[in-house]
Amino acid sequence: MIGRYSLAMLAGASALLAAAVAARGGAAGQDDTHARSVAAFTVMDRVLTSPRCQNCHTLTQFPRQGDDRHPHRLNVVRGANGHGATAMACTTCHGRANNAASGVPGADEDWHLAPLSMGWEGFSPALRCAHLKDPTHNGGRNGAAIITHLGTNLVTWAWRPGKDAHGRPRTPPPVGYAAFKAAAATWVATGAACPVAVR
Amino acid sequence: MAHLTINGRAMTIDADPETPLLWVIREDAVLTGTKFGCGIAACGACTVHVDGAPVRSCSVPLAQVDGKSVTTIEGLSADRSHPLQTAWIAAQVPQCGYCQSGMIMAAAALLKAKPRPTDADIDAAITNLCRCGTYVRVRAAIHAAAGLA
Repeated sequence: MIGRYSLAMLAGASALLAAAVAARGGAAGQDDTHARSVAAFTVMDRVLTSPRCQNCHTLTQFPRQGDDRHPHRLNVVRGANGHGATAMACTTCHGRANNAASGVPGADEDWHLAPLSMGWEGFSPALRCAHLKDPTHNGGRNGAAIITHLGTNLVTWAWRPGKDAHGRPRTPPPVGYAAFKAAAATWVATGAACPVAVR
Repeated sequence: MAHLTINGRAMTIDADPETPLLWVIREDAVLTGTKFGCGIAACGACTVHVDGAPVRSCSVPLAQVDGKSVTTIEGLSADRSHPLQTAWIAAQVPQCGYCQSGMIMAAAALLKAKPRPTDADIDAAITNLCRCGTYVRVRAAIHAAAGLA
């Protein structure tokens, strides 16, 4: 009797122990994945906060210009749909390629601002991350669509930003495009974790 | 080689694809109503329409207008009868006149999109620079033209 109880108890204990060991290994694995995801976002965030991105992902009724992010000169405004004012659209000056003669940047025949819902200037990294993966704030995109967006002309322009009207090269983001895209892919693949908000 | 129409006239332009449209208009088409003001799309003196939309031609390369239709100040009307031209003369808007062709082309694009613009619409759409300060008369003429159209 005692032996049987002992065997049963031993089997139960063994099962509990095995479960505990498995749980501990799973938790450690999850912690590692989470950390990798946050680390990947941290790399991405260095790009997202560069002037080349922030100047069009504004929360204002106007775009910004330059590394100092001053308001776009000459009363250029967002307009009703982010494409500029009626008869003074972004495309009045911005074309499908950087203009060496005038210094006006260009990348697409539909140069425009990101919608206000996709603005993130002044945000903390945690909030920026949360908005980046929130379909109500990222244009209804899932992970794959986010990656696709990163290949569009207006995004890739940031790494070939041309020169300004004074012939000075614009500063590209501090992370190369390939590394940025790889970080984004890792972030999405690892669950798009966000850094903890710091109060 | 680029193929475009300027004021309804088909043209083939053999020039560097990066040539600003402004110089194609002035030198190849010999239409000098469109002016050079700054060369950096800041002043609007070079405003023309490409496929009906206003652009600052100093910053539009020839390659970007291949196959497109360009309208300059000369093409706004055949006989200066466009409501803006009528209103501009009635209000005696220009002083030196240098910026005015671009100003009128910008206003024409605005009236096409918004036949009855408000002052706020005008403020947002007409960012052309006028060193003579004719802005008050520009605004009045736009309102008058909106009433004439």
